[in-house]
Amino acid sequence: MRNFISERAQYIPPSGIRKFFDLVITMEDVISLGVGEPDFRTPWNICESSIYSIEQGVTSYTSNKGLQPLREALTRHLNQRYNLQYDSADEILITTGVSEALDIAIRAIVDPGDEILIAQPSYVSYAPCVSLAGGIPVPVECTEADHFKLNPDALQEKITKKTKALMINFPNNPTGGVMTQGDLEAVADIIIDNDLLLISDEVYSELTYETNHVAAATVSDLRERTITLNGFSKAYAMTGWRVGYLCAPKELCDAALKIHQYIMLCAPVMGQVGALEALRSAEEDKNSMVNEYRLRRNMFVAGLNRIGLSCHVPEGAFYAFPSIKGTGLTDVEFAERLLKEQHVAVVPGSVFGAGGDYHLRCAYAVSRKDLTEALTRMEMFLNGL
Amino acid sequence: MDEKDLDLLHILEENSRLSAQEIATMTNLSSAEVEARIRTLEKDGVIRKYTTVINWELAGNGEVSSIIELKVSPERDFGYDRIAERLSRFRQVRTLRLITGTYDLQLIVTGKNVQEVSRFVSEHVAPMDRIRETATHIIMKSYKENGNTLFEQQEAERLPYSF
Repeated sequence: MRNFISERAQYIPPSGIRKFFDLVITMEDVISLGVGEPDFRTPWNICESSIYSIEQGVTSYTSNKGLQPLREALTRHLNQRYNLQYDSADEILITTGVSEALDIAIRAIVDPGDEILIAQPSYVSYAPCVSLAGGIPVPVECTEADHFKLNPDALQEKITKKTKALMINFPNNPTGGVMTQGDLEAVADIIIDNDLLLISDEVYSELTYETNHVAAATVSDLRERTITLNGFSKAYAMTGWRVGYLCAPKELCDAALKIHQYIMLCAPVMGQVGALEALRSAEEDKNSMVNEYRLRRNMFVAGLNRIGLSCHVPEGAFYAFPSIKGTGLTDVEFAERLLKEQHVAVVPGSVFGAGGDYHLRCAYAVSRKDLTEALTRMEMFLNGL
Repeated sequence: MDEKDLDLLHILEENSRLSAQEIATMTNLSSAEVEARIRTLEKDGVIRKYTTVINWELAGNGEVSSIIELKVSPERDFGYDRIAERLSRFRQVRTLRLITGTYDLQLIVTGKNVQEVSRFVSEHVAPMDRIRETATHIIMKSYKENGNTLFEQQEAERLPYSF
């Protein structure tokens, strides 16, 4: 029999975390800081409105672009909250999570051989999605010294004639880094001078603790060349609902829509109904969750530094990204032994690409009690090294 | 009252048994500052008391609580204040509020059994001057008190690893 697996599928590296998964399911009393989602339940008003809509028989396809009331509500929300201007009729597309939005955004712009710059450390799907589309992912490293912001000089260095686009994610998973207006302006000049497109994944935009999020498309003249991605998962504790969205000028949005209608048709209607309710009535729920993340962050990051893992203060998302240089272990060794010896699960930073090695991603979207216990166990682990 | 004070209040409202040191790391204050701020909040009467949410049904003390609603004729110059203050002196009255709607005052009254509660209402509350009408509702079961659910909720399952 032939090998039926495509070269592209073979070429994608397997998830760097598989062996941790296999290990963790054999253990009891594991405290997991390896999660990438809120520990809160979806606010009940959101659930209730979705349940009611199912009772009313709202169970069919929606338009490819998504429910019109949801797109209209998003237009108002994005405008009021981030000063983003998108037309609900043809510049917003509701997707099945930001994951889908990311995939179709990439496929809408990448031709074989195009180089796509990725600010790293980054979410794990960016590079594989670029490869699957026939493009060449090119990492641009964001360093701890720069507080994990994208450095304009590092960006400039990686640009070639084949460079077509840059992908960024701020507030960042896994580092918690954010970009201010000034930081973005410096990068915008380079993007515009080199005639690049920007894909900005802003799924953590609601989770900032020191300053308000600045949407990339509002900076300089970036709007015409930016695809903004966002979703409901992180802000409203709605990860399982799978609702994201893509915003871009009409031409770009239309191209993504063509792909979306063939691969997905539309995002699940129950999720869209819930998302609309989130915009209507979950502001207070969201604020209280963000407030709780902020308290946990302060506590957890102080704890990491106290036990000897140096960690910059992450200004967004819900991840701490401490350095383990000086422990004599690689991040993979550290994470594996920490799990085996103290039953604390963290993600080794190297799975997030350039700049991630010798770091750990620790999600603080877990209860304060578990964070305290995790710190105690991590301290014991360090003392035993 | 600033943002740090609000942080302290939210933290304490959730769990008043945290140490000053624990609260300090959450709020980026020193332990001494946390203690000083809490003392001020206590002195100003913003913090009234540190208490415990108890599921009495589980504790099995068999107490009965009821909601009593009263129609009251307000007094010239004092409105409802004097009668409300008078009612609030009774140990049995756990909660007392002035409300809008059909009734004026709403009380939560606790007693050892239904007889004790009804005796209290009929002998002490109903005969008071200016009380025109009472309605007594026995609380059969409490599902949520002050934002705390009193029934077991299933833990939502999360993947140990996700990106």
